[in-house]
Amino acid sequence: MTEQSRIDIRQVTKLYGRAKAVNNVDLTIDGGAYCCMIGPSGCGKTTLLRMIAGHETPTSGTISIGGTDVTTTRTGSRGTALMFQNYALFPHLSLTDNVAFSLRVKGVRADERRQAAREMLERVQLLHLADRVPSELSGGQQQRVALARALINKPKVLLLDEPLSALDEFLRLKMRVELKRLQNDLGITFIHVTHTQPEAIALADQVVVMDHGLIEQAASPREIYNRPHSPYVARFMGGQNVLSGRVESTDGATAVVAGPNGLTYDLSVGPEVRSGQELRFSVRRDRIGTTTGAVPRNGLSGTVTNIEYQGTFVKVALDTGLDEEFIIYMDDEAYFARPRDVGEVVHAEWNPALNHHLPGANNSAGTPHED
Amino acid sequence: MSQSTPTRRGADFYILAAFFGLFVLFLYGPMLMIFILSFQGPTGGLTFPMRGVSTHWFHDLWSSSRYGDLGGAFRRSLILGVMAMLITATVCLFAALGFRRRFWGAGPIFYLSIISLIVPGILLGLGISQLFQILGLRLSWWLSGLGAHLSWTLPFGLLIMFAVLNRFDGSWEEAARDAGAHPWQVLRLVTVPILFPGLIAVALFGFTLSYDEMPRSLLTVGGKNTLPIEISNMTTNVTTPALYAIGTVTSAVSFLVIALAFAGIAIIQRQRSRAKRGKN
Repeated sequence: MTEQSRIDIRQVTKLYGRAKAVNNVDLTIDGGAYCCMIGPSGCGKTTLLRMIAGHETPTSGTISIGGTDVTTTRTGSRGTALMFQNYALFPHLSLTDNVAFSLRVKGVRADERRQAAREMLERVQLLHLADRVPSELSGGQQQRVALARALINKPKVLLLDEPLSALDEFLRLKMRVELKRLQNDLGITFIHVTHTQPEAIALADQVVVMDHGLIEQAASPREIYNRPHSPYVARFMGGQNVLSGRVESTDGATAVVAGPNGLTYDLSVGPEVRSGQELRFSVRRDRIGTTTGAVPRNGLSGTVTNIEYQGTFVKVALDTGLDEEFIIYMDDEAYFARPRDVGEVVHAEWNPALNHHLPGANNSAGTPHED
Repeated sequence: MSQSTPTRRGADFYILAAFFGLFVLFLYGPMLMIFILSFQGPTGGLTFPMRGVSTHWFHDLWSSSRYGDLGGAFRRSLILGVMAMLITATVCLFAALGFRRRFWGAGPIFYLSIISLIVPGILLGLGISQLFQILGLRLSWWLSGLGAHLSWTLPFGLLIMFAVLNRFDGSWEEAARDAGAHPWQVLRLVTVPILFPGLIAVALFGFTLSYDEMPRSLLTVGGKNTLPIEISNMTTNVTTPALYAIGTVTSAVSFLVIALAFAGIAIIQRQRSRAKRGKN
């Protein structure tokens, strides 16, 4: 199953007029993987998904599923099934006939296809509503019908276009678990488009971060979160502070970086980094400590502008005189042992091993939830 | 909801109510008069008072030869209406579906097709009759007459179809294609069934607009008249309540067509909601 549901995207470009919705993208998605494509609206993630489904044809490049080139294969005969963002259930058909639709167009006999549809509805726990029409269902129920309709054809690849965005928070978390379990059971490839970071991190084996039609980074969630490729990925995925500085000296593995406000940082770098070069690096917000006394090497000082209690930690925002706020996630016990006030000066410090060089050039703000 | 607040009605309510009352009177008063007068007694005239009540003038319509080829005109108008209805529904469905893609020249083509709504019907009829003469074709109700009626029903139907399509979600068709449906299956199993109530409305307009059409018919039907022309002729040379009887009959036909259309929509909706009640 895994080999035949692997997806290879090679140099795929999609033009709308002169706008490049997807720009020369290369991506391999392992068979049986749960892949999340994430990015702000207009980043090309939905276009890429729709090209895999066959609802759009690439302007150039090829898409293969299981080693077969399906770039121009008809939708519905390439082993994919798409679950639409608004579910797109047929309003004139009962749930049974909605789910049985793809069997009907294949010419399966009525009693046979209805039986198959009822089994599928049972699987999503909606058999008791089999004779209702979609408008009589709640959003969560409609989504399960859409899932059943997509799965009845036994696709090799299930494509989900923002599947959880129409649900309320409680249902979203519940369905998230169900999707992951379903993917484990079926063992097929899931490609899930989202703009919600926790969703991507929680579900995916592979996260694909996109911006402006380009793939910024495609890696495991842990890699994306811990070792972002560019300032954009670091900011978009969250949990990181992005700092910039100029390389004073480097021995090819460790660089001494002169940061803002005349502070110095030690940073692991590759041999390509040259002395005198400007670069950016990130520091995880939850690994930062505080100190009294002088601001140390690999530290920063600023005045507290905001304090938010988050339950398991406390989010302290510092104004360090830079464009971006510097944020510390403080352990709640440590914080309440010595609470801070807005306006107070705090010196932050951290282990230099936490400094992570961001080689990527994309420095956009990466504001999440742009739509 | 608004009735739960027991506020006093102001003068504006009564003024508007009176205005609406006048409007209704103006709308239905004349029709009602004709209905009543068509049941005039055998010795009655074109005006009130009624001299008895009878169906004499309906019988007179059928039996007397004084009224020309009324039956033939009625039959022609029905056939013409049905032809216009079928063509309008079919063409408007596909045209409106086509206009969803912003193809090159879509704007000019749309305005060109709407223009015949604006041109005075009688002039359009004159143009059609001239064109037929130049082409050496004979005017006939089923060709030049049908064309004249379509110049009226097609743009009208197209505008209605646009409104119907406004509430149509293209992702239904995409979902059907995603499930493997071929274009013909998408149309037959998804697009047309979902649009069907709107399609009935377009067909209904096609029929009634054609059935009632006079200015465009006058110069285009050739030697054999349609019903509106025949009735128009009757108003000048028939002086009996038979005139009202034919008015009542044609109105009844129009209402019957509308009732059939609504019944059609109701049957479809019942079929759709039958699934609701469920078998288990």
